[in-house]
Amino acid sequence: MKTVSRLIRSPEGLAGLILLALPIAAAIFANVLFPADPLSIAGPALVPPFSDPAFPLGTDRLGRDVLAGLVHGARASLAVGLAAALVALAIGSLVGTVAGLAGGLADEVLMRVVEAFQIVPGLLLALAFVSVLGASLPVVVLAIALGAWTGPARLARAEVLSIRERDYVASARVIGMHPAEIAFREVLPNALPPVLALSSVIVAGAVLIEAALSFLGLGDPNTVTWGAMIAEGRNVLRSAPYLSIIPGIGLVITVLGVYFFAEGLNNALAVRGIRS
Amino acid sequence: MSSIPVLLIVIVGTFFLLELAPGDAVDAYLVTIGGGDPALVQALRESYGLDQSALVRLWVYLTSLAHLDLGWSVQFGRPIRDLILERLPNTMWLMGAALALSFTLGSLLGIIAGARPGSVFDRFFSIGSLALYAVPSFWLGLVLIIIFAVQLRWLPTSGIETIASGKTGLARAIDITRHLVLPVSALGLIYLALFLRMMRAGMAETWRQDFVLAARAKGLARRRIVLRHVARNALLPLVTMLGLQAAAMLGGSVVIESVFAIPGFGRLAQEAVAGRDAPLLIGIIIVSAVLVLIINLLVDIAYALLDPRVGASEGRA
Repeated sequence: MKTVSRLIRSPEGLAGLILLALPIAAAIFANVLFPADPLSIAGPALVPPFSDPAFPLGTDRLGRDVLAGLVHGARASLAVGLAAALVALAIGSLVGTVAGLAGGLADEVLMRVVEAFQIVPGLLLALAFVSVLGASLPVVVLAIALGAWTGPARLARAEVLSIRERDYVASARVIGMHPAEIAFREVLPNALPPVLALSSVIVAGAVLIEAALSFLGLGDPNTVTWGAMIAEGRNVLRSAPYLSIIPGIGLVITVLGVYFFAEGLNNALAVRGIRS
Repeated sequence: MSSIPVLLIVIVGTFFLLELAPGDAVDAYLVTIGGGDPALVQALRESYGLDQSALVRLWVYLTSLAHLDLGWSVQFGRPIRDLILERLPNTMWLMGAALALSFTLGSLLGIIAGARPGSVFDRFFSIGSLALYAVPSFWLGLVLIIIFAVQLRWLPTSGIETIASGKTGLARAIDITRHLVLPVSALGLIYLALFLRMMRAGMAETWRQDFVLAARAKGLARRRIVLRHVARNALLPLVTMLGLQAAAMLGGSVVIESVFAIPGFGRLAQEAVAGRDAPLLIGIIIVSAVLVLIINLLVDIAYALLDPRVGASEGRA
């Protein structure tokens, strides 16, 4: 609880929580606020924002409600961002732990694979992956995770390399614990905290890549996403620039919220680390 | 030399990933010409070697790659190497300019912010750069187009140069520069924020070191301490970051090229995806991996030049 109160008291943490509250609330209550399909036509086309109380943020080229799209888009953005970060962290810590514990040839091979993933631009890889397997939410999540797991893998490996020399791991070995049990019960739980500290940056990056992919037309066509809304607005950039600007603001608020939250959390945890 | 096996992993991995794609280049081609009889399809597959097993084709691909031959694009009807070499300069200009802008301006502003940690400048730049870092580059590009091209009409909205303008020499260079201002800003501003933040953090760290204390105790001028002692040491991690960000920046230019309709490498990737041109996509991924490796090699050399402690014998892996 102390961490939470410290988080709220730090200016960055508070700013992050306030900023994140908007997209999180939108994602949770999307179906309550706008039960209709956000992709369905709701009214006249190209109503400018703040002119019609029925459509506070206006409508797009096909007469779809921009506010409904924005609220439902928060759901896709956050879901994909969180899921991709989770997958990336899981793959990364697993590969990093195995490489660090196994050592030798296995370590060498796994680290070469990590490097191979690092020299290919994540967006190009995601582009190729989605184009091969078809655009659906699980494929997009996996495609983003493929470009994001190398950071956690490297960090987990470095942590494991230092932890495996500790006394309690040696004792576990002496009492005859199975190597797999040592890996998952002794080493991995202790190697995880620094890796988890990376998670906010990965979530933010995943949200941005998801937006870029759907902007390029490689998102799930049956889901409203902010990137797809921006791309759609681009067709009428001269006459209705608000269509591209509004969903982008949603993206900036979400990503900035994650960054501020992470900075606040890091500060709060650092203070606790010093005091304890 | 550890980069050769890494590159091999990239090639084989990409090859098998694109094997998973339903249909091949001949299928894609048949769609564009509205179908064909089975004999023609068979003949086409044989002429492109698509009737062979995946392993045979991988071997053929690797041997031709050793001769710097990236294969044939059915979609464009041209060798893939020519296509890539034709598009690559535009992307290099975009990336190079964005990198130069973000690195110089980012480290400069970082020095100003880090010269007096906790000052008004420092707080302003720290929060401003964090906000900038959260902006998606493609959206920033669109906003810049709306402001500077549509509203103010100062700069062109898209393309790399005015089509069929007949401009040559200096006039053409100015024309291309005018076209590149917005895309370079859209791509570079985010990295500017990154470099600014790193420089600032590095300087804040260096201020606490003993040699800085010694320099201050000697009574050196503050300006000299900031530039010679603090900034110089804080600059090294930035150079490393330059190499680490090379891949991300190449990915970013894919989207920026799409926003500004620049006929570069990234647009080619998009066209390859749209045309189901797997060999072209493999070629693009391999060339981008090679580019990233080259940039990292240059970064290592720059690092050794900047930091006398790094000798040729103990160069970083």
